Amino acid sequence: MSLENFLIMRQELLMVAVVLILLMAEIFISQENRKHISTFSVVLFSLVTIAGFFPSPSGSLFGGMYIASGTTTIMKNVLNIGILLVIIQSITWLRKIENSEKVSEYYILLISTAIGMNYMISAGHFLMFYIGIELATIPVAALAAFDRMKNKSAEAGIKLILSSAFSSGILLYGLSIIYGTTGTLYFSEVSKLFTSNSLQTLGFIFFFSGMAFKISIVPFHLWTADVYEGSPINITSYLSVISKGAAVFVLVIILFTVFTAIVKTWQSTIYVVSVLTMTVANLFAIRQQNLKRFLAFSSISQAGYILLGVIGGNELGMASIIYYILVYVFSNLGAFGVVTAISNQSGKENMDDYNGLYHTNPKLSLIMTLALFSLAGIPPVAGFFGKFFLFTAAAQKGFYLLVLIAVLNTIISLFYYLLVVKAMFINKSDSPIEKFRSDFPTRLALGICIAGLVITGFASVIFDAIRNLSFGI
Amino acid sequence: MSAGIPVQYFLILATVMFFAGVYGFLTRRNLITILMSVELILNSVNINFLAFNRYLYPHKMEGMFFSIFVIAVAACEAAVAIAIIINIYRRFTTINVEDVNEMKF
Repeated sequence: MSLENFLIMRQELLMVAVVLILLMAEIFISQENRKHISTFSVVLFSLVTIAGFFPSPSGSLFGGMYIASGTTTIMKNVLNIGILLVIIQSITWLRKIENSEKVSEYYILLISTAIGMNYMISAGHFLMFYIGIELATIPVAALAAFDRMKNKSAEAGIKLILSSAFSSGILLYGLSIIYGTTGTLYFSEVSKLFTSNSLQTLGFIFFFSGMAFKISIVPFHLWTADVYEGSPINITSYLSVISKGAAVFVLVIILFTVFTAIVKTWQSTIYVVSVLTMTVANLFAIRQQNLKRFLAFSSISQAGYILLGVIGGNELGMASIIYYILVYVFSNLGAFGVVTAISNQSGKENMDDYNGLYHTNPKLSLIMTLALFSLAGIPPVAGFFGKFFLFTAAAQKGFYLLVLIAVLNTIISLFYYLLVVKAMFINKSDSPIEKFRSDFPTRLALGICIAGLVITGFASVIFDAIRNLSFGI
Repeated sequence: MSAGIPVQYFLILATVMFFAGVYGFLTRRNLITILMSVELILNSVNINFLAFNRYLYPHKMEGMFFSIFVIAVAACEAAVAIAIIINIYRRFTTINVEDVNEMKF
């Protein structure tokens, strides 16, 4: 194996380099130059993101443990765009005086999780997958507890680390059963030796439960709302978009390549779980007052819609999932960006505080409205096309009842998304949030989100490119 | 096989440990004990991997290596969890989960 082969995992190596550079910067940079660390990290990570779009060789490394293909590259690029947006959005928050000592720490932890996600998506062996998933979750727990002086942040951190450790324990138990029955852990060999006997099905159920914890699908969603509410708001957006997106990608890859022998089993599992996720999360979202909690439940219900793309096991399903996550990155980060801007400015996070926002901050209200319309799936914005492709993928395989339930749930979700819009545009308030002008990073991030929402909706090139790289069972 | 202990015994031990861990995770009220329950789950997984490897697939070492990595990752997890628990003790002056409940439905 020559050194050139390492170019296959160029993306991960670049991120490792960024982490090492930031570690060195933390040690050697002088006190007065510390305020430039944020800008420096944004520049470095945008270089990594741009490098991802150059054509890269595909192939496998380390005896098939690491696999790179066009599909994994496009998944990584989607995640990179989201991570870049989160990094830009968090600059304002990191400028606060209480965070001044921990700026580079934040970026190091955040980019480490990105490395974990990339390895997890490219895994060709369950060991690589396990290490990737742990590298993607442990630093996030440290980030959730980042506000050391806040009770809620510490509580969110412990809830996240304990539930993720528990879920990976369950996942590992499933893997050990799969290992015991097949004698190998390589994806390619497991898929050949996998039959539908009951012990292997049990192993799969354990494995799926562990993954369901990470994606926060309904019977396993109880940690989500608390962790999302307690964490710093940028970490909440990171958890709800990037962590969830990476876990969905890896679930799709594993279901489509490894567990092909028990398609009927996992289709019926996902059927039940998807209906539960959409319905329960939507009903809970209606009664939320805190906007972070509200967006937490909305993101759980989005996971339910995403499962509609998984269930068919077809190539259109995978394409629509990648496309939907791309749209979801822009729309959810747009909504979170507005919540972040307002929370940084006034510390307010409740829905009642948003009453009359349109009269004081019309631009922010419009961005929030567009983002929520996209989450709900209203035509002019990209979210509509995302949902349309997901539903088509499920209908193509004949899951008409499931699609009907999903459409009904979209109507319920429209009700609570419009509650926020109503608060901003119609409700009167005696003490609305004062007019303010956000700083450059916030405006840049929101601008990218809105541009992304419009462009991904109208440029069919993007969906075609994704579709060319997708595969079915 | 050497010692003559059948593989089923190891698997029964691992299963009992796994469910003891799950039970402990759901019923204990002290954060450190909850963390210990998680370690119990991970150790039961290790026993499973090692027994399968030694008895069923002795010519390959995959299970052994997997359990080494599980041990290492469990140590990282414990380090982060204990750091957060210390922070919780500073904020709440208790590590009983019933008192660490600022957020509720």
